[in-house]
Amino acid sequence: MIPELGKYAGAVLSAYAVSFVFLGLIVWLSVKRARKIRAQLEEVEQRLKSQRSQ
Amino acid sequence: MASIWEYANPKKFIDTSNRVIPALWLLTSLCLAIGLIWGFFFTPDDYRQGSTVKIFYLHVPSALMAINAWFMMLVASLIWIVRRHHVSALAARAAAPVGMVMTLIALFTGAIWGQPMWGTWWAWDPRLTSFLILFLFYLGYIALWEAIENDDTAADLTAVLCLVGSVFAVLSRYAVNFWNQGLHQGASLSLDAEENVADVFWYPALMTMGGFILLFILLVLIRTQTEIRARRMRALLARERMQ
Repeated sequence: MIPELGKYAGAVLSAYAVSFVFLGLIVWLSVKRARKIRAQLEEVEQRLKSQRSQ
Repeated sequence: MASIWEYANPKKFIDTSNRVIPALWLLTSLCLAIGLIWGFFFTPDDYRQGSTVKIFYLHVPSALMAINAWFMMLVASLIWIVRRHHVSALAARAAAPVGMVMTLIALFTGAIWGQPMWGTWWAWDPRLTSFLILFLFYLGYIALWEAIENDDTAADLTAVLCLVGSVFAVLSRYAVNFWNQGLHQGASLSLDAEENVADVFWYPALMTMGGFILLFILLVLIRTQTEIRARRMRALLARERMQ
């Protein structure tokens, strides 16, 4: 499956591994924080709405 | 025709970006998957660099985005300075961690590529050094946003830092032209036919560059939405405390 990379296999594969780790990390962190803040904001808005209606 | 300034309205920005984000996920995944699979599995080795040429498909797009992310931040910061639109300041803030990660990928893949080709992981070469400084500017920019509690003051100060850092973003792009020395080769992205890479490497690289550009736009949209919501939440909580 993996093409013949010869003596540079270590360099090529580690470059891909490092890049995927960094890219995966920034995507995961961005999505995770987006969900967290969205949920927190909804909770705050809901709370203020119920306070106003009381 | 709708004016671009309509998107300075946070609600309009969130509504519009919500419509674009699903398509962007799809396009980004497609471009990255096609470009990387094509480049990794279906391109030959270079006659001088052997299989390390496959690092090209990650190194060049990430370096491209490392520099252009800063320019996007510069434009957004200038809009903030001139027109005081909060969304533009928050977009600049949102782009910084993405640009920093692109710079890190460019630095790491460059070092890994440089070791077998130049015999060293690092050299104080003009392009490498200016990229390292650009990375430090990203760090400083992010730290400054985190350090200042007042959003408007943070936006003002980071905008100034962004203007100063733009000098290094320009240097990173043109260092190989300014100083004809060092280990790094000339610009890979050039309109000069003699300097350009062969088509067999170029087309998959174009695909991955498209993928990196789309990924950057996607992440900036998601992160800007988050910053807008976080700002609204801070405002609501402050109002609640005042009551």
